[in-house]
Amino acid sequence: MKFTKLGRVAVVAAAGALLLSSCAANEPAGESDAPAGTDETTAPEGSSFSGDLAGAGASSMGAAQEAWIAGFQTANPDVDITYDPAGSGAGREQFIAGGVSFAGSDAYLKDEELAGSFGACVADTLPVDLPVYISPIAVIFNVEGVESLNMDAATIAQIFSGQITKWNDPAIADQNPDATLPDANITAVHRSDDSGTTENFTEYLAATAESDWSEGVFETWPASYGGEGAQGTSGVVDAVTNGTNTIGYADASRAGGLGTVALQVGEEYVPFTAAAAAAAVDASPRVEGRHEGDIAVDLDRTTTEAGVYPLVLISYAIACTDYTDDAQAELVKGYLSYIASAEGQEAGAANAGNAPISDSLRDEILAVVDTIQ
Amino acid sequence: MTTAAPAAPRAAVTNRPADIVFKAVSTTAGVLILIALGGVALFLVVQAVPAIIGPIPEEEGANFWAWVWPLTFGTLWSALLAMVMAVPLAVAIALFITHYAPRKLAQFLGYLIDLLAAIPSVIYGLWGIAVLAPFFQPGYIWLAQNLGWLPLFSPPASGTGRTILTASIVLAVMVLPIITALCREIFLQTPRLNEEAALALGATRWEMIKMAVLPHGRSGIIASSILGLGRALGETMAVAMVLASSGVVSFVLIGSQNPSTIAANIALRFPEAHGITVNMLIGSGLVLFAITLLVNALSRWIIAKTTVDGGR
Amino acid sequence: MTTTIAPSRTAQNPLTAGQLPPWAPWGLLGVSLLIGAAIAGLIAGASGSDFSVVIVGLVGFVLYLVSVTVVSQLIEGGRKAADRLVTGLVVGAFLLALIPLISLIVTVVVNGAARFDLQFFTWTMRNIVGEGGGVLHAIVGTVLVTLWAAIISVPVGIFTAIYLVEYGRGALAKAITFFVDVMTGIPSIVAGLFAYALFALFAGEGVRSGLGGAVALSLLMIPTVVRSTEEMLKLVPNDLREASLALGVPKWLTIAKVVLPTALAGIVTGVTLAIARVIGETAPLLIIAGFTTNMNYNVFDGRMMTLPVFAYNQYISPGVQEQAYFDRAWSAALVLILIVMILNIGARVIAHFFAPKSGR
Repeated sequence: MKFTKLGRVAVVAAAGALLLSSCAANEPAGESDAPAGTDETTAPEGSSFSGDLAGAGASSMGAAQEAWIAGFQTANPDVDITYDPAGSGAGREQFIAGGVSFAGSDAYLKDEELAGSFGACVADTLPVDLPVYISPIAVIFNVEGVESLNMDAATIAQIFSGQITKWNDPAIADQNPDATLPDANITAVHRSDDSGTTENFTEYLAATAESDWSEGVFETWPASYGGEGAQGTSGVVDAVTNGTNTIGYADASRAGGLGTVALQVGEEYVPFTAAAAAAAVDASPRVEGRHEGDIAVDLDRTTTEAGVYPLVLISYAIACTDYTDDAQAELVKGYLSYIASAEGQEAGAANAGNAPISDSLRDEILAVVDTIQ
Repeated sequence: MTTAAPAAPRAAVTNRPADIVFKAVSTTAGVLILIALGGVALFLVVQAVPAIIGPIPEEEGANFWAWVWPLTFGTLWSALLAMVMAVPLAVAIALFITHYAPRKLAQFLGYLIDLLAAIPSVIYGLWGIAVLAPFFQPGYIWLAQNLGWLPLFSPPASGTGRTILTASIVLAVMVLPIITALCREIFLQTPRLNEEAALALGATRWEMIKMAVLPHGRSGIIASSILGLGRALGETMAVAMVLASSGVVSFVLIGSQNPSTIAANIALRFPEAHGITVNMLIGSGLVLFAITLLVNALSRWIIAKTTVDGGR
Repeated sequence: MTTTIAPSRTAQNPLTAGQLPPWAPWGLLGVSLLIGAAIAGLIAGASGSDFSVVIVGLVGFVLYLVSVTVVSQLIEGGRKAADRLVTGLVVGAFLLALIPLISLIVTVVVNGAARFDLQFFTWTMRNIVGEGGGVLHAIVGTVLVTLWAAIISVPVGIFTAIYLVEYGRGALAKAITFFVDVMTGIPSIVAGLFAYALFALFAGEGVRSGLGGAVALSLLMIPTVVRSTEEMLKLVPNDLREASLALGVPKWLTIAKVVLPTALAGIVTGVTLAIARVIGETAPLLIIAGFTTNMNYNVFDGRMMTLPVFAYNQYISPGVQEQAYFDRAWSAALVLILIVMILNIGARVIAHFFAPKSGR
């Protein structure tokens, strides 16, 4: 009896699967019936690619990767690219193990990682970090009747470390004479998962408000700072939106209708913009002592230059300079060239709301990508 | 427990090859499970050892056990809260479906509750964030103001409502269908004769349930509760999404800072983990594994102690 | 003994005791709710907050329980009162549990309806930026991964349960029972990590496959299958087994033809429940089945998208048009629920045809 029953279940399920599998309407089964509207882009180098390419890493650039993959695959229908937004650490780990051909990471490769070997690269060659994704981090809040606030780094540090607990605290009120701030407790929302966003946020506070930010740079929020944890950018945005008198930090593209904080830079208060974020990267020096071709940016958080928004996140594409598999090398080269190209950056920014990289940075990146073999 | 014992006598005839094969297949299946579990345990131990014996990063804590303790506490505390809410409710629902509701309605309701088991934990998480937390948040403020002298409700209340109580309610809703579905099947299997005998003796419906249904379903209720508890202890995504977690140890139900759970913590930190952190996280998985082992041993002991009827 | 008119406080004989008219509990419930509404209105008026349905329900329910117990105690006696109290509690518990369940389903259906269109079922996410796209690849992935998980775990689970109930005695059976319970406590993410480690042994680092996902899921499924099947087999009356054996039927045939069919409905429920339990798992599939926007029919090789991972990903990293992403996430959840619904109906139909006809 049982076997018959199992058989039937299997038959029904198999039939269902067959029925479903009658081919996806938008995939090139034989020829191009790709969705309209996305096929006007052309391959950056004119040549056509084919093959599978797998990447994994930072979820921050997940939406941008989606746009890049779509753009590249549309131009090269024989290419299948996957990008698994599993997290920077997971991405780097998989890249090191050779599970994926490129990684996305919110942090450049650490020295101890560079000391090891890399699965996909020719022995004794080092991979490079390419800053292809720049995004401002916004300090968002939800206080009734207040749409924007001015704050200096010290105030933000005191709020997120639990030293300022009321919205009408003089430290906030003095900088915002026009705002009507309630006499209510501040609920500061932070990321409960480890993330590059937290790392960049705390790096900014540790650099600019040292005396108020004793814990330094971290990914895991210390219990002593209090506040509420929330998972992922979406979690923080939801918590801030659904809560009352909340404040948090998140990728600026997700700030939506929430109030945002303008940061004090020099004498001015600078609200986040894509241009101001890209400017921050251009104004920053490179990390010293890195190997040839590597573009690791040492963000200058304490800048006082006008029109610069120093609270930004850089996400790197990590790729080998010399792949053991030449076909993969060609694909990675083509794909990264597309990502760094003007149209690639625009496509990414249109979907992810990040800041396109500047022309000078693009030239620098493309020169490195050209050397991939 | 085992039932087929009386079959043994009448020698010779029963010893057929097919019987031997069937028994061998059954035994193999059971042993296979032990092997699989042994594999998991081995994997956990091998991965966990570097973190347990070696030093862990300073900012994480003094040693592995100091690091894992708040997570262990949070896991047990949230699962306890969830089970306190879910088990009585689930038994009541199963009773309602089997013994109170009109037949057609009961079938439909049973079906509806089965479906709930299928909702992905991610959706429970989304629902917890979007619906449940904002709904309870004013209630938490009220509790903090009026019952704040109770340690469970000591102020300040959370500004977003994503507290351990909310997470436990989500957990309770998640395990409800599992416990309910099994209890329902078990209550349905109560011998009709026992029920009718009780009613014929003039028992009220509650007395009939008390005398016939519950004793009969006792081992089943506990078994289904253990299944539910397993899910509550190990639930990952929903807790990770709903709970505003931090590394504290606290009984406060409504505050901003709540103890995290082992499974949720793994999910939150694994994507960015590397090096020894990976070992620490898997080590915490081993701790959870050990907790389940203890909880099960405990519940078996309780069943053994309290089961009096020798009928089965 | 003939006076049944006056309600007797100390009724000895239930047949002659007073009885509440059928409308009485309803009347009490109505009055209780009205009082609850009045109190809620007063609170709303006093504090200036909104009229709270929660307070109406709470106060009304408690008042009803108290009043129906007291009235029944006075008129019908203690035993009846206890019965009415429990009835109230059971029904109340049921209604209480229904609130989150309905809220959940309504949330999923309302939000999921936004993208419940033809394109959603016939497209994959290949080359989709922003709006549009579909989940065909994820549906196929979920069905295949779950199917393979069931192929692995259902036979193992059922045979283990048979062993435990029909054959098992001694240390091995005790160990299996105990460790099956322990197995329920494997966190899903650990199952995923284990499956990854196992497959990485054979297929090298970075391996991703649907089958790996199926192995991880079957680790989570097996205990549910074993436990529910075991409970159901235990409930099969011994008389049936003995009757069959007495007729000279071999033991294995007795199990296959008598015991299993008798318990079939319960086993099917258990298996369906186990499938439902794992079909929505996200964490292990994130690790081992991976993530892709393309179609993949091959469970043995390559990344395979599944519905829960899809929903999670759409929620976690949306683009600028975030509503499009959230709509897809909810619709994917709705599809998942529908798949389980179809499975459920199928299982019930099968159980209906194969289960022996009985009085119930």
